[in-house]
Amino acid sequence: MSEEGHRDRKGGVMQKVIMGNHALSYGAVVSRAQVIPAYPITPQTEVVSLLSELCADKVLDAKFIKVESEHSAMAAAIGASAVGARTFTATSAQGLALMHEMIHWAVGARLPVVLGNINRAMGPPWTIWTEQNDSLSQRDTGVLQFYCESIQEILDTVILAFKVSERVYLPSMIVLDAFVLSHTSENCDIPDVRLVDKYLPPYKLKYKMDWRHPHAFGGLTSPDWYYELRYKIELAMEQARGEIRKADLEFKRTFGRSYGLVEPYRCKDAELIVIASSTIAGTARLVVDELREKGEKVGLLRIRVFRPFPCDEVRKILKTAKKVCVIDRNISFGHSGIFFQEVKSSMYNSQFHPPIFGFIAGLGGRDVTPDVIKEIVEYTESHEQPEDKIWIGVKR
Amino acid sequence: MKRRKNKKIEFKSVKDLPPIAVSLGSMSFNCTGTWRNVKPLIDYEKCNNCGICWKFCPDACIYVKDGRPVIDYYYCKGCIICAEECPRKAIETVKEE
Repeated sequence: MSEEGHRDRKGGVMQKVIMGNHALSYGAVVSRAQVIPAYPITPQTEVVSLLSELCADKVLDAKFIKVESEHSAMAAAIGASAVGARTFTATSAQGLALMHEMIHWAVGARLPVVLGNINRAMGPPWTIWTEQNDSLSQRDTGVLQFYCESIQEILDTVILAFKVSERVYLPSMIVLDAFVLSHTSENCDIPDVRLVDKYLPPYKLKYKMDWRHPHAFGGLTSPDWYYELRYKIELAMEQARGEIRKADLEFKRTFGRSYGLVEPYRCKDAELIVIASSTIAGTARLVVDELREKGEKVGLLRIRVFRPFPCDEVRKILKTAKKVCVIDRNISFGHSGIFFQEVKSSMYNSQFHPPIFGFIAGLGGRDVTPDVIKEIVEYTESHEQPEDKIWIGVKR
Repeated sequence: MKRRKNKKIEFKSVKDLPPIAVSLGSMSFNCTGTWRNVKPLIDYEKCNNCGICWKFCPDACIYVKDGRPVIDYYYCKGCIICAEECPRKAIETVKEE
């Protein structure tokens, strides 16, 4: 796309105020996405409407495919990716659930589709507000998952996700909170496409669909080799951990920004560590600062990459903690919060076992205010025996 | 019809296995006719070369040679759609041995 609007007259970096959804769109634009099959759904609509507008205006040289459902959106994305086109799509909640089968397909076919998902609570009852159950239900598919906290991070993650996905041949999902992030406007630096070109080489696929070299794809595979193909997916996931770290370092050198797999905040001497993701982490950071001023040794660990799960980072940071509390805006019914389970299970095979408290908060988009987080910290401080699920603010 | 031979591509470990399930040989090596339980046989006395069987074969296993339909048994899986559709009942179904 042209750099018009993103550069000032002297060619310097221009900050643009954009909403979270448009950060996804511009991320796809500067990454030179070539095919965009998408179906609109609240609260994702703006992602698609901007992209379709940019395609229609020929600002973005991409094929925009109007589809009849999210299942078709992902199916079309798989087809496009299989012939060697860089492909982007976006969805939310029920839409993502409808894509589920095709996400498995993208993983099994090893296609680096990048999709944005706006976290919206699942219906019924109908709702449009944020909750992580939609994206976390895709946990076991093999899609890489990034949970974003700011508008800039969303845009940057789209570029980074294409790079990592196209190295390991697995799809990526960029996740942001409905409204709290998707409809919030912030300053954002939209990088020069030429700079992005340097960072992100063109997409190359070894086994692509090509009529000159016909192959059958995804055909019946016996137990003799299916098992090995699954093993290869897991190898790619393990490789993705290193690739994300590498891509992140290179991102810092190119664009001056870096995010990591996790983001520790004042954790070094912290006795109590709060673990959160997405926008709740932003609020928790304020609470940590406030409590630190009072002399309480509190830290925050934001988990940004959920798949592959950053076990090493979590173990290293929680090693010195005396107590840990995990805030989950999701629940696996019949067990506990999903981030809580993941954190707890990564600690089990390490030598360090701080008590870990699991909190359920903010389901269906209920506000998680600084007071809610303070209540969580106070509860953790005042209890010795850790509990798996503590519901905060439920009207009993 | 030229007889095709199965060319087998052997993998030893995950290292030489491609990351996806992809057929590395051409489909001309993968003769699926062995799946067949029943076999369609064309009675050329009754057949008037209308081409309906050629049109309906879902696996494109019937081709037209010198104006007459011929079944490619290396790929025909014996679905018998041709026999069902033949208006002159010129295709007989026999059990595969």
